[in-house]
Order: sequence, then structure tokens, then C-alpha cells
Amino acid sequence: MGVEGIGRGFFLRVLLVGVLGLLVAGCAGAGESGEGEPVRIGVILPYSGVYAQLGEDITDAMELYFEREGNEIAGRPVELITEDTEADPQVGVQAARTLIEREQVDVLAGAVSTAVAYGVIDITRRDNIPFVIANATGNDATRQGARNVFRVSASSWQVSYPMGEYLVEQGVDEIFLSSADYAAGQEMSSGFREGFLEAGGTIVGEVHPPLETSDYSSYLTRIRQADPPGVFSFYAGSDAVRFVQQYREFGIEAQLYGPGYIVDEDTLPAQGEAAIGVRTILHYSPDLDNPENQEFKAAYEEAYDRDPTVYAVQGWDAAWLIGEAIKATDGNTEDRDALIEAMENVEFRSPRGPMELDENHNPIQNIYVREVRQLDDGTIDNVMIDTIERVQDPGE
Amino acid sequence: MISFEALLTHLLNGLAYGLLLFLLAAGLSLIFGMMDVINLSHGSFFMIGGFIGIGLVGVLESFWLALLATVLIVALLGLVVEVALLRPLYYRSHLDQILLTFGLALILEDGAEWIWGTRIQSLRVPEALTGSVEIFGAVVPVYRLAVLAAGVLLGAALWYVLERTRLGSIIRAGVADREMTAALGFNIPVIFAGVFVFGVALAAFAGFMAAPILGVYPGLDFQVLILALIIVVIGGLGSLTGAFWVSLLIGVTQSFGQAYFPAAAAFILYLIMAAVLLLRPEGLFKRRYA
Repeated sequence: MGVEGIGRGFFLRVLLVGVLGLLVAGCAGAGESGEGEPVRIGVILPYSGVYAQLGEDITDAMELYFEREGNEIAGRPVELITEDTEADPQVGVQAARTLIEREQVDVLAGAVSTAVAYGVIDITRRDNIPFVIANATGNDATRQGARNVFRVSASSWQVSYPMGEYLVEQGVDEIFLSSADYAAGQEMSSGFREGFLEAGGTIVGEVHPPLETSDYSSYLTRIRQADPPGVFSFYAGSDAVRFVQQYREFGIEAQLYGPGYIVDEDTLPAQGEAAIGVRTILHYSPDLDNPENQEFKAAYEEAYDRDPTVYAVQGWDAAWLIGEAIKATDGNTEDRDALIEAMENVEFRSPRGPMELDENHNPIQNIYVREVRQLDDGTIDNVMIDTIERVQDPGE
Repeated sequence: MISFEALLTHLLNGLAYGLLLFLLAAGLSLIFGMMDVINLSHGSFFMIGGFIGIGLVGVLESFWLALLATVLIVALLGLVVEVALLRPLYYRSHLDQILLTFGLALILEDGAEWIWGTRIQSLRVPEALTGSVEIFGAVVPVYRLAVLAAGVLLGAALWYVLERTRLGSIIRAGVADREMTAALGFNIPVIFAGVFVFGVALAAFAGFMAAPILGVYPGLDFQVLILALIIVVIGGLGSLTGAFWVSLLIGVTQSFGQAYFPAAAAFILYLIMAAVLLLRPEGLFKRRYA
């Protein structure tokens, strides 16, 4: 027994040293990046679980951008290295670590959930690795002054606050507030509340069900009893489908409002007619008439045989931001400060219309008011009915 | 300021949700109670029932035909599983059965994701069951009433078959003493296969009926499994009567809890479970056989 123990211990030690040697050799090899070496872009997105479709949309649009550039930026081939975050913060942070330490990526992009984004900010900030948030809306992601962090989606504030003002302007001054009881839901609710109260509106009631509620009947009964003229809600994914469907099932007549995620291109097929009439705000609308959007939609549909979503637009802009910045530095990704500065100066040509980054690297962009309608060809989709121009996150 | 209408609304919606819970737990309870097998792939059959149902409603253009076809197809799948995988394990420990059915659940979830994708899908309710009705001022969606009726009918039918018919007594005898019942000339493998297939068919039926309310997506399988396990545990392991009353209890408590103590909404269910396990570790209703 004892002899065997010594033997195994020795063997293990030899094995460990061997593995260590390989790792060191691998690192040295990856360290010598320069002209002609591939640009390595790490992508952390959910490819399994409820948000897998979002991950796929963002990735597809990123690939579309690089394909149109001939998979080469400033003479360097482009390599996208994807890792599945499963929308679990711990898995997400682990995935980012793998990409930074083992894959030695030059840039990180992705993060669908805010929790993942916060975790990744913590680990990229220290090494000053550029991190492009392609979806997460958590306000603080761009409010804590991390120079390496960029966002091409929107802050929660941007897709909630403006609707408060807008509704009061439209003569809706009483609202019932209902959102899923978690970080994003609370941020959206408080953003809306702030804008609505400042504009002179009154919140007549609030109810915040837990995430993944399967039966909303008690909550809907309370909304029904309050009998408000309008309801502002934030739910996403399967919650959005259930909430909107059950809302109709209970025959509630109050106009339903919210951030665009409650009647997203992703949930609309399942919501169907129940979604008709819902009014939302978002930084994109599929029917936008600018040439960039028309071109993007055509290219995306041709490549993937489906309509682009807001997530795809974010993926395109994330790739654009990275690609154009590397062009500006003539392919130098080693000097991270220079790369970050180049990213700050990138001019966007986004399908969402005018877009520029504020000093916190969060987009200043138009927010579109959309209504779900049945189109002439029978499909159900968001139609733009109004534009709130140049919305900028307050930054604190 | 609690009105009679509000109380009645919460009560009716709670009962409807409770019976939906009973539908989704009945198959699990039945298989456990009758066969002493913990079927952790129960939620998977539930989810697959929903997916197949949505596909078939599109093809057959009839809600009821699609319901029938879905139940038959998933039952067939259940038969294959019973004969090929489960049968050799009847005389082995619970742990072996749990490993097998849990593995099967993981495979079925991946398979479902592969076939149907990760997007949530939903089932359109037939025209006659849309909208809501007012009962003494309480507003209840028509489809919920249909689910309520289905749950009551199913509960009554199961009770009648198991307690009052010859078939029921043979099954109960088979559970109590396999060898003796076989010696009396009854074909135990056929009876067990029948019970398992019926339990799986119940899961598919529930998955189909719940699809318009819950939607269907990969991940629903394990949510449902956990709910069903909780009901079976609180109800008393394997007691169908227990599952019935506990489903109603949970449905109604949840409905009132969410309405009047929304802060507690997320853990009401677990509160009930903890209380029952502390006060009556064997569950509210004791299993009468086995």
C-alpha cells in the first residue's frame, strides 16, 4: 500500500510538471501575435438554455460582418472563439477567464445577461482587455467608469425612462406597474417610474411576480381590479410569452406598454395574436427605413434565411466596433490603450439609425415607439409609430 | 377592502391552477404508487407532449384530434422505454431506476432542443375555449375552466378504476405481492407495462393541456418534474388521492398568497412542503398499498 502510494505520488508529480510545461510552451507561442497573426475575438454568449436563440442571433450577425470584410481586418485573419455562458454568471465568468488566459483573445464581446456582464467587467478591467457588451442592459455596466467596457445595446434606463415622459405627453397619466422581480425588472421599473413621475404621471398600483412564474392569474386579477388605463411591464423570454398570453386570456382591456423585450421578435411567434396592440420602446424597429437597415436585413436574410432581431443588430454593431477600431490601429491589438482609443472614435453605420458612444461608452441613440400589428401579409410584427431622438443615459 | 368577487376569482383561479398541477403530477404519482418506480423522465414526456401537440394541431387543424394523436404517440414512446430500458430494472434498487430515468430525461431534453429548437412555443386554444366568463362577478378564462373540468374528471375516473374495478384490484394486488399475483395467473409484465404506458400518456395529456397556459420549451421538463415531485412528496409518496388534494391545496394557497402576500410568492410552495415534512414526514396521505 505504502510503496504503491509513493509510486502514484511520483507519477502524478511527473504528470503535473509535464502538463505545466505544455501550458507554458502554449502561452509563449500565443504571445507572439503581430502582423499576419489572426485577430482573436472571444465571444461569450448563451448557446444553450432559454437564451440560446439570442446568442445565435448575435453570433450570426458578427460572422456576417467579418465575412463581408473577407474574414480579414487590416491584413490579419479574424478568428471568433465562442464560449457558452448558459446565462449562468458563474459559467459566464469561467468562460471569459478561459478565453483570456488560455485563448489569449485580443477582445471580448457578448454577455446576454447583466450578471455575466458584471462578472466579466471585473476580470477584464484589471488587464484592460476591451469588452464589448452586446446585450446586457444593467445600468451600472457603463456607469462605473471602466475604460475598457463598451456597450452596443442600451442601458435599462434608456429603454424605460423615455416611455414615462412619452406616455404623459400622449395623455396617459395613470399607469399600473408590473415587472418580473429581479435585477433587470427592477431597473426597468424604476427607470419608468422616474420618468413617469417627473412628467406628472401617477402610479396607481404595482405588482412584481417572481421570475419564472407559471400562473399570473392572481396578479392579473389585481390589475383588473385596479382598472388602470395602462399597464407598464417588463418580462423577457418565456415569462413574456406567459404574461402577455394570460393578460389577454383574462380579457384585461388596459393598454399594455413596456420595453421592447416583452414583444420581441423572439417571443412574437409564440404570443401570436395576444401581442397585437402592445406598445413598446426599443433602440431598434425592424421596419426602419434607413439604407443601413435595408442593406443589413437583406444580407442577414440571405445568409441565414430569417429576419434579423434587435440582438442581431447588436451583434453587427459589436463586430463593427471591433473591426473598424482594428482597422484604425492598422491591425495593432497589442497596445490596448490605443485600441480602446480607436474604439472610442469609431463611427457607426448601424441599422438602428444614428448611434454614437457617450463618454461612458454607452450609445446615444434614437428610441423607437413601436406597436405590434398584423401586417398585410398576415405576419405579426412591430411597427414603428414614433421616434424619441438622441436618448443618452444620465451616467449616474 | 377585499371584495367577494376578488375572493371568488382567486378561489376559482387557484382551483384551476391546482387541477393543472394535479394533471401534471398524476402520471408520476400513479407510476410511483403502482409500480414503485420513480420516473424522473416524467417532465420530459410532459414537454414532448406539448411539442408534438403544437406540431399536430398545425397539421391536423383540430385541437381534439391532435390531443388524441399526441397522447397515443407519446404512449407508444413510453411503451418502448418500458420494454427496452425499464423492465430489466424492476428488481433493482431505486437508485438504478433514478439513474436510468434521469439519464433518459437529459437525453430527451437535448433531443427536444435538437428537433424543436430552444425558442418557446405556444399552443392556440380552439375558438370555443377562448376569452373569459364571469361567474358571480369573478372573471375566469374559459380555458382554465376546461382544465378544471379535465382535472376533476380524470381524478374521478382514476379513483373509480383503481378502487372499484377488477382491473384496479389486480393492479393493487400486483403491487402488494408480485410473485403471488403472478402465481394466481395474472400476467404481471403486461400489467406493469400498461401502468407505465398509462402514466406516460397522462404526462403527455397534461403537457398538451398545459401548453396554452405555460408554453413549451426545453427546460420546462425539469420545472415540471420538480413541481410534480413536490406534490407527490407532500401528498404522501405514491398516493393518488394525496396528490389530488395537495394539488388543490397548493393551487389555492398560491393564488391567495400571490394576491395578498406577493413578497412571499416565490417560496409559498416550499413553505408548504417544509411544514408538511416537519409535521407529517410521511406526507398528508399515506400510501395504502405496497
